[in-house]
Amino acid sequence: MKFRTFAAFVGPSMFLMLLFIAAPLVGVFIQGFYVTQPVFHTVEVESCTPGFTEPICVVEERLQQRIDENGKAVTKTEFVGLDSYRNLIEPERAWNAIRSLDISDLLVIDFWKALRFTVTFTLLTLPLVVGTGLALALAVNSVARAIRGQILFVSLLPFIVTPVIGALSIRWLFIGDGILTAFLEWWLARDIAMFAQGWTIEILIHFYRMWHVAPFAFIVFYAALQTVNQDTLESAVVDGASWTQRLRYVVIPHLMPLIVFVSLIHLMDAYRVFEEIVGFSSQAHVISLQWLTYDFLVPDDSGNRAISRASASAMLTMIGIVILLVPLLEKTWRDHRAGLS
Amino acid sequence: MQEMKALRQPPALRAASAAFVAIWCLLAAFPIFWIAVMSFKLPVDAFAANPFSVIFGPATRAAGKGLSVFGIVAGIAVLWAFARFAMRKLPGYVERYTPTGYGALGWLAGALLLGAAFLVAFVGILPPVVAAIDGLLGPLGQPVIGLTAEHYEAVWVDNQFYRNFVNSMIVTAGVVVVSLTVGTLAGYGLARSGSQLAFWLLIAALVFRALPHSVLVAGYLPVFVNSAAILRPILGDAAPTLYGQPLAVIAVLVSINQPFTIWLLRSFFQNIPAELDEAARVDGCTHFKAFRWVIMPVMWPGVITTGLFSFLLAYNDFLVTSLLLDAQNQTMVPAIAGYFNRETTTTDQVEAVAAAVSITAPLFLLVMVFQRQIVSGLTVGAVKG
Repeated sequence: MKFRTFAAFVGPSMFLMLLFIAAPLVGVFIQGFYVTQPVFHTVEVESCTPGFTEPICVVEERLQQRIDENGKAVTKTEFVGLDSYRNLIEPERAWNAIRSLDISDLLVIDFWKALRFTVTFTLLTLPLVVGTGLALALAVNSVARAIRGQILFVSLLPFIVTPVIGALSIRWLFIGDGILTAFLEWWLARDIAMFAQGWTIEILIHFYRMWHVAPFAFIVFYAALQTVNQDTLESAVVDGASWTQRLRYVVIPHLMPLIVFVSLIHLMDAYRVFEEIVGFSSQAHVISLQWLTYDFLVPDDSGNRAISRASASAMLTMIGIVILLVPLLEKTWRDHRAGLS
Repeated sequence: MQEMKALRQPPALRAASAAFVAIWCLLAAFPIFWIAVMSFKLPVDAFAANPFSVIFGPATRAAGKGLSVFGIVAGIAVLWAFARFAMRKLPGYVERYTPTGYGALGWLAGALLLGAAFLVAFVGILPPVVAAIDGLLGPLGQPVIGLTAEHYEAVWVDNQFYRNFVNSMIVTAGVVVVSLTVGTLAGYGLARSGSQLAFWLLIAALVFRALPHSVLVAGYLPVFVNSAAILRPILGDAAPTLYGQPLAVIAVLVSINQPFTIWLLRSFFQNIPAELDEAARVDGCTHFKAFRWVIMPVMWPGVITTGLFSFLLAYNDFLVTSLLLDAQNQTMVPAIAGYFNRETTTTDQVEAVAAAVSITAPLFLLVMVFQRQIVSGLTVGAVKG
């Protein structure tokens, strides 16, 4: 295929990605160093109240927003260097907290709180999702092959449901004295409020993510199980290998590339955790990095968006993505070299 | 596929496996099933601590809203009739009345017509008829299960949820059409090129796929809000404010979706043997002609699968639409956030549940119809890596 033809085929797609992905990235990087604020100026205001013989007048200085001739607030943009980043991570306070080993003090700062949750969430859900997916694939493959269509249908439901709605549907089971809270209270014989403290919400969020993504792992692993080399398995049986040994030495090695694939996809997606925070309304207790950026972008009561801080937090989030991507890119590069030679 | 004897588990493990699968199926379906049940009850029943109260809805029944035995039988009969028609007769009609080459459009029209007819029959005609006959039946006509559609009525009619529905449809339809058009071209180019450049473009797409969407929205927002001022020197007074424009949201969602789309479509194109387009080229086709008349006709499964995933991304999106659209023209998913944040009374809560079920219902139908395509989409990307 000639270069011109190739360019004509991929051109529109590349143009869209450059305009709406690459360009905004550069924009975000620059915005982090600038702050746009309304301009204030001081005016002297004399206010008088009627007194007994003569009015009492007070002159005071007030800050007022400067308005241009169209009635719009005048804003100015100035270069602030790393100030937005500093406001976000509060390095002195964080460093003091770390030095005195006072983790709870560190987690008062929003950014560190979000980072703590995002990282633990990513690492904890990974084994949950891969493990559940694998166990399901093996179980369905061994006992329920006849009804696998129906099982796939049921399994696809949590995967395909809108994430916010999925989180909500689980929340509604527990909210107030919802049936599952009532059940837990009866079972443990104690009073339970699932949404009153951080850790119970975190359990629900982790459970939700497992519920939502395990079907994906299950389907991928199940498809791969159908291509396990039967001859190898049968010779393993002839050699007297137990079921565990067959699993350990034949099946798992066969599935390994897919386990790596599912793990990488899951790491990328889990690091972007966001919808759970909205669905469970957990922002008072638990927040994630992407939610932090989102929160800066939502207009406050006076309609201003903290664009600079949002950009700073977005850039810091990106660092994590880069760390996650390095092994993936390395692998792809190695495969590519192997494919060329 | 032969029976996989060699992977047969020991008996104890088989029992455990069966239990595990059963628990999983229960777990997977339960929350969705339960909110569907809740949405039809009065708040007292919907948030009752006793599961049987939620299912049978005594308070709802006491309020005189419920289904009689006859109503249940009639409802099931109508459902069954429609299902039978869809399975037995619909394919024949579609094939008879669609011109060849427009099969997909014919199916779409058939499905939409059937859906509309079902809505008219089930929501419009059935309830008054059942109510009239229940009155004549005496004791048999008494409600046995509490059930009310008043929350749906409140959501769709009083709160004008249909506006959000229309917005969602505009955005998703736009995203699916544009992303497939742009994506198939790029996917084909990338699958057939094999050059270094193609490899690096795919890597760049992989990196872009991993980006959190909030990062990108942080880049769009200042530009979109001020776009009228920025574009004025170029476009004059016609310069639009992109913020709040569904078209801008479509462009954004298409672009965010592109990396995934081109990877998936490239995998599908690679499954089509290159000899096919080489033969067409020998016969004198240009690359574009070969693509349009030789490759595309055998590419439909891949296109449908990719279209499904584009649909899901656009339909399920919360972050981009909630930040880039005004409160007045929100799509369904961000609009529901308004409901559950409002949650002042329990009636509001059940209305939020009804809105959530309304959003989930189309997805449920989607899995029913396209289960095979979704599964193939999940596995093709994985196996090709």
